[in-house]
Amino acid sequence: MKKKIQSGTYYLNPYLGGVLLGLVLLATFYITGRGLGASGAIKSTVVEAVKTVAPAHAEQSSYYGKFLSDDKHPMNNWLVFEVMGALAGAFLSGLLFNRLKFKVEHSPKITSRRRLMFALSGGILFGIGSQLAKGCTSGAALSGMAVLALGGFITMIAIFGTAFVFAWIFKKNKI
Amino acid sequence: MVGPLIPMNYIPQAWDNVFALILGMGFGITLEASGFSSSRKIIGTFFGYDFVVLKVFFTAAITAMLGLLYFSYMGWIDYSMLFIQPTFVASAVIGGIIMGIGFSMGGYCPGTSFCGLAIGKLDALTFTVGMFVGVFIFSETFPLIEKMYNSGNLGNVLITDSLGISKALFAFLLVVAAVGMFFVASRLERRIKKVEY
Repeated sequence: MKKKIQSGTYYLNPYLGGVLLGLVLLATFYITGRGLGASGAIKSTVVEAVKTVAPAHAEQSSYYGKFLSDDKHPMNNWLVFEVMGALAGAFLSGLLFNRLKFKVEHSPKITSRRRLMFALSGGILFGIGSQLAKGCTSGAALSGMAVLALGGFITMIAIFGTAFVFAWIFKKNKI
Repeated sequence: MVGPLIPMNYIPQAWDNVFALILGMGFGITLEASGFSSSRKIIGTFFGYDFVVLKVFFTAAITAMLGLLYFSYMGWIDYSMLFIQPTFVASAVIGGIIMGIGFSMGGYCPGTSFCGLAIGKLDALTFTVGMFVGVFIFSETFPLIEKMYNSGNLGNVLITDSLGISKALFAFLLVVAAVGMFFVASRLERRIKKVEY
């Protein structure tokens, strides 16, 4: 274990990790009444950025307008604080297990450039899909399943099912 | 104290963001320590060489689900006060499919890309930049898809309502299905040669 920590390849047992993540999610529901999320923080940031650069455009837009009202500041959003916590938590864990390092992670069979192109395209698709489904793997699928929401199960099956199919299609372009 | 604590006013609303930071840290630590900061580890589930995502994700969902049912049974939480996301069938399916394609191309989802970038993964940073672009594209083209976005609204419906079975029975079936999946995954892992990353 010590050797693994030194080389930065030590990970929790997946079932232990799952139980711990589940307990964090349970505590979140018990304290705040809602689950954990991630993509919502991106949305808040985009809304805030558009509002700053082009306020008139943001007011007129039927989508940004949903999240803009005078008393509600888009960045003063629960999920933005939660994501800042998540960044700090992941950094601490990376520090503890010797994984802090700037690098582009990719298969030896592909170039860094190719990996980054695929990461960018994947991110764009995830950004679009998460707005459409009103949540991502955390907010819609994981938190939704925890409270037995039908939409959580539908989104989870759609994400994982599609990812399995497309992983075989993209097999040659291994990540 | 019957939860959820903040909506029931046991804890003042002002503490909401403090808990957001603390709970978010717990989220980030458990994700990173489970290996979700590595795109190659995450994508292993879909290529069949590392099923860590499958194991962590379903164990977490089941732990939280059983915990909430138990808390509700013991009278420690008011289930009706929990946020149940509304189900929009069309947008949940189409959005999920788009995210699935993005997942297999990018190797991350939003939460895991934050973990990756927190420890210096530049591919995770690129993925996150992509998400901002994606959300912006969605917002700008929203009028074109607004009708589909709002269609098929079933409201805050639970899967147990639509299946017509009790929560306890559904929870039991889901646990059995997950254990079956974990068993198959561990058999597959034993057959596949180790991938180094």
